[in-house]
Amino acid sequence: MITTKDLTKVYTSRGRQVSALRGVDLHVREGEVYGVVGTSGAGKSTLIRCVNMLERPTSGTVTVAGVELTALRGSEHRAGRELREARRRIGMVFQHFNLLSSRTVQENVELPLEITGLDRAARRRRAAELLELVGLGGKAGAYPGQLSGGQKQRVGIARALAGDPKVLLSDEATSALDPETTRSILGLLRTLNQELGLTVLLITHEMDVVKSVCDSAALMRDGRIVESGTLTDLLSDGTSELARELFPLGDSAGPDGTVLEITFQGDSSGRPFISQLARTYQIDLNILGAAVETIGGRQVGRMRVQLPGFHQDNVVPIGYLREQGLQVDVITETGANAFGSKGVLA
Amino acid sequence: MTWDDMQPLLHDATIETLQMVGIATLVTLLLGLPLGILLVLTDRGGLLRNRPVNKVVGAIVNVGRSLPFVILLVALIPFTRWVVGTSIGWQAATVPLAVGAIPFYARLVETAVRGVDGGLVEAVQAMGGSTWAVVRKALLPEALPDLVSALTTTVIALIGYSAMAGTVGGGGLGNLAITYGYMRFETGFMIVIVIELVVLVTLVQLIGDLVVRRLSHRGAATGLLARLRRA
Ligand SMILES: Nc1ncnc2c1ncn2[C@@H]1O[C@H](COP(=O)(O)OP(=O)(O)OP(=O)(O)O)[C@@H](O)[C@H]1O
Ligand SMILES: [Mg+2]
Repeated sequence: MITTKDLTKVYTSRGRQVSALRGVDLHVREGEVYGVVGTSGAGKSTLIRCVNMLERPTSGTVTVAGVELTALRGSEHRAGRELREARRRIGMVFQHFNLLSSRTVQENVELPLEITGLDRAARRRRAAELLELVGLGGKAGAYPGQLSGGQKQRVGIARALAGDPKVLLSDEATSALDPETTRSILGLLRTLNQELGLTVLLITHEMDVVKSVCDSAALMRDGRIVESGTLTDLLSDGTSELARELFPLGDSAGPDGTVLEITFQGDSSGRPFISQLARTYQIDLNILGAAVETIGGRQVGRMRVQLPGFHQDNVVPIGYLREQGLQVDVITETGANAFGSKGVLA
Repeated sequence: MTWDDMQPLLHDATIETLQMVGIATLVTLLLGLPLGILLVLTDRGGLLRNRPVNKVVGAIVNVGRSLPFVILLVALIPFTRWVVGTSIGWQAATVPLAVGAIPFYARLVETAVRGVDGGLVEAVQAMGGSTWAVVRKALLPEALPDLVSALTTTVIALIGYSAMAGTVGGGGLGNLAITYGYMRFETGFMIVIVIELVVLVTLVQLIGDLVVRRLSHRGAATGLLARLRRA
């Protein structure tokens, strides 16, 4: 649905050049919620702004819903007619809502429809529908100044949906909101994604956001995507930094023995494989850490256990666990931690 | 002079002043508003960014603003004659009044429009709006309270200038003040005229403030107004 190929963006300000994007290949499939995370300055906002050409990339291509936006006419800051038309099919929600304070909630939602030239009656109807959809049916006549942050963002979302877009872009849409409001807004996005088949590309710096709504995620660092994939794939990849951030287990490890990290998803989370293992092989297992969470709507668990002896002594039990459909990563044989404690987002 | 002597003179002069200021205000709005917007749009980072245009318009506005009104009054006489066919009377005074007020208002418009959150511009662009849509749907409506406030300031300045224009044959209350109050030592009449000007200015300010308050929908302000209205 959204594809970027070798996207680069160089900003020149006061003679100095900043490479905000250094060759980004993004691929967001139709109907998924895709999260982009990364440290401040990684280029996340630049990337999402390139997707609807608010920022014109220095090189590379952007294709949204089959239309190659980078091929459409327009200068750096003025969009041609075709690009403007393409943008009408791409909704965008903003961190600071960007609602017009001079217009009522209803009129704010009508704005994109005025721009498309829809007649008054049809605008009214559509705006009322959308406000109902985001749960603000009773607030049509209020001004943004009279709403809470969460309500403002709902208006922002209703407005973004006015043009019946296939794609919704969201740059830190929940960053200005408290945790509970964040949850309700994310829930709304998820619902819209499922009910309207909306493809959502969202930028966030909160792993919890990715955990609760995303199907796929990408990690950006220094203008590049360093890791990406569906959450399921990422979590079953023992080397994934994102998975580790999504699902931290801490750095605890005993003084010696073999430390394993076991990841289980879906149905295997219900089975008592640890006690089976201990019984079958008569091993004294030491559980260093464990957690089960719902990530992207799936039950995912991860456990760090310590087995006595070296790796070669434990080949059979490890094989047993793998046979159970579990993902097993051997972390270390000596108790030293193989991966640093440096967080992805720190 | 008795009140009966003053009254018809005062009446005619007031009408003249109002006409002068009214027409000058209209012309100022018509030309100053687009000029102010152009200054914002053509500036660095603006939607129509255009260095040369911005520099030229900016320079013209600056020159217009820095000329003392009295000099403008005299310097524009040929132009005035060309526009209205005469260089005396209230009709003639509208020309320098407007020419003086246009750059003044344009700068105020520029400041007001710059005060509009850039995020709104972006929002309109993201929904597929053209530059014109940005101006009409975001910049103007969002800056409206400030634009009205700026216009109030401009009208008050125009009332002051119109009195000045009156002293050099421009008609209106200023003319009356000079011909009676000053040249014929009618101090009482002078005081009446001054009072009328003060009332006029106060009235304009009051109306302006009222309109601004009605137009503001920003958070607390609206809440307060709504509460007052309900009470
Ligand atoms: N308009 C601009 N002019 C010059 N440099 C810019 C501009 N916008 C962004 N940059 C630079 O590009 C880099 C990436 O910025 P960007 O806003 O995309 O980061 P981000 O990942 O969104 O960060 P954050 O999490 O803080 O929002 C930064 O180094 C930033 O300073
Ligand atoms: Mg950002």
